[in-house]
Amino acid sequence: MRRDRLTFGMMIGIPLIQLTLFGFAINADPKHLPAAVLLADQGPQGRTLLYAIQNSQYFHFIREVKTQAEAQDALARGEVQFVINIPENFTRALLRGQLPSILVEADATDPAATGNALGSLRVLFNTALQNDLKGPLAYLTGTIGPIDLRVHALYNPEAITQYNIVPGLMGVVLTMTMVLITGLAITRERESGTMENLLSMPTRPLEVLIGKIIPYILVGYIQVGLVLLAARFLFHVPMVGNLILLLVVSLVFITANLAIGITISTLAQNQRQAMQMSMFFFLPNIMLSGFMFPFRGMPGWAQVLGEMLPLTHFLRIIRGILLKGNGLNDVALQLWPIALFAAGALTIGVKRYRQTLD
Amino acid sequence: MVYNLAVDVQGMTKRFGSLTAVNHVDLQIRAGEICGFLGPNGSGKTTFIRMLCGLLRPDEGSGTCLSHNVLTGSEAIKREVGYMTQRFSFYEDLSIAENLDFVARMYSVNNRREAVQRSVEQLGLTNRKNQLAGQLSGGWKQRLALAACMIHQPKLLLLDEPTAGVDPKARREFWEEIHQLAGQGLTFLIATHYMDEAERCHRLALIVNGRLLTHGTVAEVIGKASLTTWSVSGPNLLKLAQQLRQRSGVDQAVPFGDILHVSGGDTATLEQAIAPFRTEQYEWHAVESGLEDVFIHLMDSSKENSLP
Ligand SMILES: Nc1ncnc2c1ncn2[C@@H]1O[C@H](COP(=O)(O)OP(=O)(O)OP(=O)(O)O)[C@@H](O)[C@H]1O
Ligand SMILES: [Mg+2]
Repeated sequence: MRRDRLTFGMMIGIPLIQLTLFGFAINADPKHLPAAVLLADQGPQGRTLLYAIQNSQYFHFIREVKTQAEAQDALARGEVQFVINIPENFTRALLRGQLPSILVEADATDPAATGNALGSLRVLFNTALQNDLKGPLAYLTGTIGPIDLRVHALYNPEAITQYNIVPGLMGVVLTMTMVLITGLAITRERESGTMENLLSMPTRPLEVLIGKIIPYILVGYIQVGLVLLAARFLFHVPMVGNLILLLVVSLVFITANLAIGITISTLAQNQRQAMQMSMFFFLPNIMLSGFMFPFRGMPGWAQVLGEMLPLTHFLRIIRGILLKGNGLNDVALQLWPIALFAAGALTIGVKRYRQTLD
Repeated sequence: MVYNLAVDVQGMTKRFGSLTAVNHVDLQIRAGEICGFLGPNGSGKTTFIRMLCGLLRPDEGSGTCLSHNVLTGSEAIKREVGYMTQRFSFYEDLSIAENLDFVARMYSVNNRREAVQRSVEQLGLTNRKNQLAGQLSGGWKQRLALAACMIHQPKLLLLDEPTAGVDPKARREFWEEIHQLAGQGLTFLIATHYMDEAERCHRLALIVNGRLLTHGTVAEVIGKASLTTWSVSGPNLLKLAQQLRQRSGVDQAVPFGDILHVSGGDTATLEQAIAPFRTEQYEWHAVESGLEDVFIHLMDSSKENSLP
């Protein structure tokens, strides 16, 4: 064990990471979810209501949108989780004692992320305006639920968890296998001695790497295909968007993971270390990417870490394409971090990939 | 320069941390020559060979390998050199033919299929060519590796213990082939621990603790060592050997079956040392020192020099 610092590091490191992540980063009750307002009513009651909503801790208004189209856009891109529509006649209806209605559009791709927030709204709407229900309106107090809350759970109206998990699984499976198999493939060559032979032949490092990578890209696509088939026929996940776009984007993601695998293989002394390093990489990916737990439920530092992982962005892309029908414009926003990551990891990997044995 | 040098390097040095595995080694090998590379385990043979073919970057040193610079020309060197690793390093999960084909492809050999076919035939493995390399016996693995590193018709072959574990008949065939190829102008550097093989080389290089101790033909090496050897036969040689080893002037007393070889670096002191034992029951002959005697002598004396 003294000789094998990495194993020792893993034994200490993994529990520490888990402790940190589960203890501090993971929160199944996400609060301060970004929301937008489409405020058509100028009356004070509308404002009051918004304050009350923000005070609930579940919502955090980050922008005001002017049109319904703008609202849809923000939701599709995942900039906001909710859009709260306060209709034109809100104050008037309230004053007249009619039942005013509020429309909340929620990005419900991940039902876990929105459930509690929406629940809190229901409670809130029965109490928020109690202060305003005075004087001539006092008679309304307690007689009716004063506001009619209409929720549009977009993208996943029936709150089926599988719709969120199964596409996400594709990213997870790709991350795990792509990193691991490249990591192992190259260290295996070194371990079995075939690397010595390979290096003594007139091959360029890039040739060797590409020769290794291409079959794995194919394997990656087979996995993509399998998950898509399962999603379609086993779990009946809706596929609203363009699958070709998804396949193209997958290539960037697969490359990013292969690049990490290469980097790992240049760091690891043997296959076991490569395996351990892959696990080390995999763990935060599962926890911080928004695959298992709502991304927005995590504290800021964890979100920053999450943003650095390609899986986080890939999850947004694949959920966006399949469930929201996002197009290239929306996808590009999440694609460039993956591409950047791939380029970075590839550079390190190729640079570190030695052409000699020392 | 009368001879065309296939290898001409000076001051080759490789350090691994605090250990100097190869320490300022100069070596010249003429084209068409078979150079035997000898040395005890861990003396730096493999390391030196790896530096020659660009697998390890020398810490110091300069020179040429097939008239390419050893430091900068490894691309070109690799193309013209065949390197057989000490440890079997082909893909065990590929068949014999697939391995050969892979190697041929890496070197972009022309008429690849024919080259592979020819190589399989020379190996005598035509009917087993689809067998997995991992299932071959140790000796056959060696022979496969040798065939593979010659498939691209290199000019220089660096063979790291190519006949370890190969049976005597195959070994003889192997050496016959080596000599034939050398006649055609190929150059060989062959690391070996077998003295009979060393004697079949044109020239020898002995490396101990990373230093080149001696370099030359078999006769030169034996001559330079100026070692005197006596052979003795008689009763209870084991006890005699023990007694002799105690005496100054006796470097080695090595039993060879019924006889004992007693040798020492200095003729006079050796004779003094054995004088008391030259009785009737023993039969003493002065013999020529063998290569092995010389090597062991050289290794021992270098050990004494390096240890204060
Ligand atoms: N990659 C390495 N890292 C550290 N030390 C090494 C490395 N390779 C070799 N050595 C050391 O360098 C020395 C020379 O090793 P080398 O393999 O060249 O010996 P050798 O002459 O080929 O021995 P053998 O006859 O056993 O094959 C040894 O002491 C070995 O431990
Ligand atoms: Mg060796």
